[in-house]
Amino acid sequence: MNSTYFIELFLGGLTRGSIYALIALGYTMVYGIIQLINFAHGEIYMIGAFTALIVSGALAFTGLDPVIIFLISAVVAIVFSAAYGVTMEKIAYKPLRKAPRLSALISAIGMSMFLQNYVLLAQTSDFQPFPDLIPDLKFLKPIENIMNTTQFIILATTAVVMVLFTLLIKYTKIGKAMRATAQDKIMAQLVGININKVIMVTFLIGSSTAAIGGILISSHVGQINFYIGFIAGIKAFVAAVLGGIGSVPGAVLGSFVLGLTESFGTGYISSDYEDVFAFGFLIIILIFKPSGILGKPTKKKV
Amino acid sequence: MKKILVLCLLAAVLLSFASLTGCKKDSGTIKIGVAGAHSGDLASYGIPSVKAAELVVEDWNARGGVLGRQIELIIEDDVCKPEVATNTAAKLVGEDVVAVIGHICSGATKAALGIYKDSKIITISPSATNPPLTQSGDYPNFYRTIAPDDAQARMEIDFAVDTLGLKKLAILHDKGDYGKGLAEFAKAMVESDGEAEVVLYEGITVGAVDYSAVINKIKNSGAEAIIFGGYHPEASKLVGQISKKGMDIVFISDDGVKDDTFIKVAGEYAEGVYATGPRDTSTEPLTIAANKAHRDKYGEDPGAFFLNAYAATTVILNAIEKAGSTDYDALTKALQSEYVNTTLGNISFDKKGDAIGVGFSVFQVQNGVYVELQ
Repeated sequence: MNSTYFIELFLGGLTRGSIYALIALGYTMVYGIIQLINFAHGEIYMIGAFTALIVSGALAFTGLDPVIIFLISAVVAIVFSAAYGVTMEKIAYKPLRKAPRLSALISAIGMSMFLQNYVLLAQTSDFQPFPDLIPDLKFLKPIENIMNTTQFIILATTAVVMVLFTLLIKYTKIGKAMRATAQDKIMAQLVGININKVIMVTFLIGSSTAAIGGILISSHVGQINFYIGFIAGIKAFVAAVLGGIGSVPGAVLGSFVLGLTESFGTGYISSDYEDVFAFGFLIIILIFKPSGILGKPTKKKV
Repeated sequence: MKKILVLCLLAAVLLSFASLTGCKKDSGTIKIGVAGAHSGDLASYGIPSVKAAELVVEDWNARGGVLGRQIELIIEDDVCKPEVATNTAAKLVGEDVVAVIGHICSGATKAALGIYKDSKIITISPSATNPPLTQSGDYPNFYRTIAPDDAQARMEIDFAVDTLGLKKLAILHDKGDYGKGLAEFAKAMVESDGEAEVVLYEGITVGAVDYSAVINKIKNSGAEAIIFGGYHPEASKLVGQISKKGMDIVFISDDGVKDDTFIKVAGEYAEGVYATGPRDTSTEPLTIAANKAHRDKYGEDPGAFFLNAYAATTVILNAIEKAGSTDYDALTKALQSEYVNTTLGNISFDKKGDAIGVGFSVFQVQNGVYVELQ
């Protein structure tokens, strides 16, 4: 086994893990705060990718620099996705906040189907080419054969998003409010935290990171259709559960573990069994640690 | 006493049957059977063949028939079921047909073929693509005017090994019936030919977010070409990521990729990709005429395997004319030696019964369009 091959697989796994992490973040945050598995989260990711495609398509005629087009489409896509996320919460989840958890879950599945079919009808059912907006970075030339620009950008962006996110949770007022809400909703309300605002911000941030993921992955893969959110969403959900759903570092760790397992499984054994490795690993972890790698076991008060 | 009576009756019945079939033999027409799914779920595969046979026979009868006799079609339904197909075959044999156009489904065809073989009846299927039907050599009476399932794999391998001279092949598939089937044929062929080597054989996951691991694996295997069995969404992701990785590798795929959507989605990365696809015969004068005849008579465009059945009927009538008789050996010789101009182009049959000149061509993406390579 040569070492270049190992490094290539490792970087490939990290890229995949970063992609999963950007999506898994939204799952785990929402779960941490309102104990809802937001199945429509993958669709927000897909809407982000579609918005970026439409905006960049429209801007392509202005003759702007590709980097500027990329940044503008990214900002618009984030704004759109965040708007979709917040609206979705208002329409589909808020009225059900006091209902049994199962009702909200069904509502989430319904939302997922609605958004998929909405994009299918409003846009197209075909695969659409996604423009190659990320320019080649010169300093990566020497190591181009093991790591290309898109991979680098994905890794770097994920790292930056994760750092910003940790800072936000740890050191800002809203972060503190989010942690308080996650711990005890009623108590948080009693000390004067506006829960509705906290939940809204959670959906806003989760949807924005999903949109960033959508743009990065679509540039990497080069094509999108209305269905991409489903598969990516499922994988990211698995990553979140693997790491311990509700825990932010857990989601990131779970994503990297999943990405690396898939990459090494494919590289050293066979890609026929890519999903078998991913889900087999999940089962093993859950047998030994039912709450996930970094998840806290739920205490049942008697 | 009763037993004797029964026996007598039986004998009488048998005698009358014998005389009936005897009568039919002298009735003057040349009978061709048409068998296939004409009702049920798969009727849409079988009915176009009946229409094709009718159109061809009308045309020939109007010109005086064949060998001076009129042609009569005996149409029997097998509902695409093997157990029904044996009855269908027995009925057609009973009708004393010279040849059969059919059956439509591979399973039903196989079931019926044994019966036709024993009765020495030439059978030409417009649609049964199962490779062993011809390749096993079990059915010397069987011919088909459609390429077998493995023909594309054969074409891809021959092109990669003989035309491009490549020695190390990576075979990928999408784990689906179609893609994996082709990949398995391709792998078996490379291994039995012994001229090249399969350095990698992998299934990839449809819809995965990226294929970098499997691409690294291809790179590490030292493959000179990728033979991919599957459809265009995965193919376009693969070629895009391969180019971005700066790899220079030949990409050969099948008619699941020979689709303009592939070029649209893969864009510049599609350039130079090879794909096999059905030969285009829509501009042949005979094909245009056959399609027009169908539209004039039925008021709609022809359905599945229409052109294949049209060609099959033309070929068998032509063979009867060339052979000057309806004798099995004479017909076999005529089918295997004569080239006939049909709706599928100029075709003949090899010793195994597969049509020469029917099937696939290699296409390459050049400047954003698929170009047929000669």
